[in-house]
Amino acid sequence: MKCAEFLNELTNYLDGAIDERTKAELEDHLAWCRNCYVVCDTTKKTIEIYRDSQLYELPEDLRTRLRTAIVSKCHARKKAGPEHV
Amino acid sequence: MTTIQPKIDTPVTDELALVQAAKGGDVGAFEDLVRRYDRNVFRIAQHITQNREDAEDVVQDAFLKAYSNLHQFQGQSKFYTWLVRIAVNEALMRLRRRRPERMVSLDEEVKTEEDSLPREVADWSPNPEQQYNQAELREILTRTIQGLPASFRTVFVLRDVEGLSTEETAEALDLSIPAVKSRLLRARLQLRERLSRFFQRREATNGKQKPETGDTDQ
Repeated sequence: MKCAEFLNELTNYLDGAIDERTKAELEDHLAWCRNCYVVCDTTKKTIEIYRDSQLYELPEDLRTRLRTAIVSKCHARKKAGPEHV
Repeated sequence: MTTIQPKIDTPVTDELALVQAAKGGDVGAFEDLVRRYDRNVFRIAQHITQNREDAEDVVQDAFLKAYSNLHQFQGQSKFYTWLVRIAVNEALMRLRRRRPERMVSLDEEVKTEEDSLPREVADWSPNPEQQYNQAELREILTRTIQGLPASFRTVFVLRDVEGLSTEETAEALDLSIPAVKSRLLRARLQLRERLSRFFQRREATNGKQKPETGDTDQ
């Protein structure tokens, strides 16, 4: 297996979306190719860092304000009749 | 090497009951759905629009649109996937409005394969995020993901941050599964490449200097 082939399968490999045979071939490549090992490992860390990052958390006061506005408009539309809902 | 596991596990039956009740006019049931997904919709909207006010508007408009169109939701997909589709469209509309000079499309063609080929293959520190304090780390992650084209950013956020499956992401974005996989691979590799500047192992220095991101926002 060449590095380019490994890269093509990287997403499927990280997502566990490959058959056992392809997985074994990829892991065989990883065992001797240091560059692909590093790329694979740091890509996985990239995903984990973003997943755990809690970027753009919705502050509780804003959350309440938005929800109140949404619910009040839903009530208004309900009151206005089915053609508005 | 272990694989990445999805994050969200939604109790679908419970959710369908709420949707049915909301369809029947129960605003309280719809409020429960808002509570369940408002944080996700806000995060997705802010990632796409990169603007706080726009993201707030997207949350309101997406939920109101969902409420008004509940009768169109047939239950063939999860309510969340359907809602995300509405929210993504609202967010893209605002992004286009704010940046009329640039065509923003999820179908945009990407130049070449070259943009995603790894150039930086230095290993990272064992705990890269601990090299920076929380505010610094947030700044690095925000600026780095903002440098991705909207089409890559959106796929990455739905798949890897929000934990939608490849199929759900394809459905929410009206893309084919191969298109989702291709964009996801490139998004992951580009983010990895850019983060390497900050997180690579530094033997001699103690790794606290901040490299410039130099990314152009797209």
